[in-house]
Amino acid sequence: MKDVSYINRPNRPLFVYAVLFLAFLYVPVLFLPLFSFNDSIYIAFPIENWTLQWYRDMFDNEPMIAALMNSIRVGAVASVLSTFLGVFGAKAVTRYRMPGRDPIVTVIMAPLVIPGIILGVALLILINRVGITPSLYTITLGHVLVCVPFSMATLMTRFEGFDKSMEEASADLGENAWWTFWRVTFPMVFPGLLASVLLCFTISFDEFILAFFLGGTDPTLPLYIWGQLRFPQRLPNVLALGACILVISFIVVFISQWLTHREPDSTRS
Amino acid sequence: MNEPVTAAQSSIEKTRPVSSWRSRIRAFYHSSEAFKGYTLLSPTMLVMLFSMCVPFAMMVVMSFWSQVGYEFDTDFTLANYSKVTEGAVYTQLLIRSLWISAACTFATVIISYPMAYYVAFHVHRRKMIWIILMTLPFWTSYLLRIFTWKVILGFNGVINSGLIGLGLIDEPLEFLLYNPNAVVLTLTHAWAAFAILPIYVSLEKIDRSLLEAATDLGDGPVARFMRVTLPLSLPGVIAATVLIFVPTVGDYVTPALVGGPDGLMLANLIQAHFGIINNWPGGSALAIMMMAIVGIIAMAYIALTRFAVRNIE
Repeated sequence: MKDVSYINRPNRPLFVYAVLFLAFLYVPVLFLPLFSFNDSIYIAFPIENWTLQWYRDMFDNEPMIAALMNSIRVGAVASVLSTFLGVFGAKAVTRYRMPGRDPIVTVIMAPLVIPGIILGVALLILINRVGITPSLYTITLGHVLVCVPFSMATLMTRFEGFDKSMEEASADLGENAWWTFWRVTFPMVFPGLLASVLLCFTISFDEFILAFFLGGTDPTLPLYIWGQLRFPQRLPNVLALGACILVISFIVVFISQWLTHREPDSTRS
Repeated sequence: MNEPVTAAQSSIEKTRPVSSWRSRIRAFYHSSEAFKGYTLLSPTMLVMLFSMCVPFAMMVVMSFWSQVGYEFDTDFTLANYSKVTEGAVYTQLLIRSLWISAACTFATVIISYPMAYYVAFHVHRRKMIWIILMTLPFWTSYLLRIFTWKVILGFNGVINSGLIGLGLIDEPLEFLLYNPNAVVLTLTHAWAAFAILPIYVSLEKIDRSLLEAATDLGDGPVARFMRVTLPLSLPGVIAATVLIFVPTVGDYVTPALVGGPDGLMLANLIQAHFGIINNWPGGSALAIMMMAIVGIIAMAYIALTRFAVRNIE
């Protein structure tokens, strides 16, 4: 036994690489918050004067607040609906052995790899031919479609993590399926449900491509931002808004991921 | 499963012949695990199937129509497809899209692999924090992450004004923004977090004793990596490649924001067909052609790599 842990030895070059990689992921994104405190409307170094003016302006910006409320409404409905669908799907594929399980999972996960523009135009054609006017409802429909795969993936992790015998014990003790779900399954998968709702909310809140095709006259926040990008003088407002969105998204997704990946055992008190 | 209960129930119900067919159905329902699974799965499956298949079918039908002003002429025609195959612009845009996506996929997988390797093999405490840190940016605003590169690479952007401020250059560098390289860089940044997960999962699954065996049999670190770790992690690499290649071919926001005229991709043209060009059937035909070509490439790639892996083994 020369050195069993040679594989696990700390590896300094790789560690440096990992830090550089994280810097590549995060540093570019940090320029948005940085320049949101810049007094000038031009994004350029050096930053001469710092200001909070762009943040103060946000509170008086009625179209932006309307778009924000639209996004929250769409995100709330889409995240709850897709988590609802995700629970059924995740429970079925993790609890029951059935033929054709893998192809079924592949079909449900398909929106992950279908380019957004294809889904967008296909759904646009559907609502156009059926005669539905594009609105926040159609955006919500599109968002449910892209959120369900993420919800399924999150919940499958959770359903695989807990002990099936708990449900069986409940059934043996005479609870029917409904009460078993409410009194045993639900409390155990609750962190997963929360994680799924939070993740789907963020995805819907930030989603642009489907909203672009399926949106009507009411914009969601990303559509509003897209509209503002054409006007250079509005850039600082976009930066301030973007900084807020990034910070909130990071926090929400962090909570969601933490709920998903932590050890299931630690939830038992 | 609660088979004893079911068996007891059905034996009780057998004494009542009136409802025997009903009890048989119920017994079948309780005994068939697969049937239960399908029942539970059906709402999700139906919603997903319906909201994918119906729109796609309609898109296929529409691609054989033609646009007359704001109405559609529903007579069957192949004109949209012949226009696509004959037009040099379409071919040029398609080749550029495929090339940009391939470059971005390659770059993403190459830079993600060592990162995934590091977390899989060299991080022992707080692994979860590393995984979350690596993937977090992927979940946050796609539009803003693309926009940030416009801010960085722009004529008066972060890099140019920074270098001028440091006195390294006198004139802003114009080659940074509005070209295919800017699109590749931006897409790589946007998708790097997504590539890590499948690679990480496949690395994490590798049985560590195989590595010890390779070492005991005299392989050095490089030989061990080439002969054990890399082949065993290939499924993750293949998955990452497809997961990034397919969606990026269809991206139109990145080229629209940072690509400039030389960086436009096929998806920009598809989007224009549903916008200013206002030719939905033409756009449908383009979208279908793009999907078909990307699908064929992805499947050929998967088949080829599987074949190669089998031959190595």
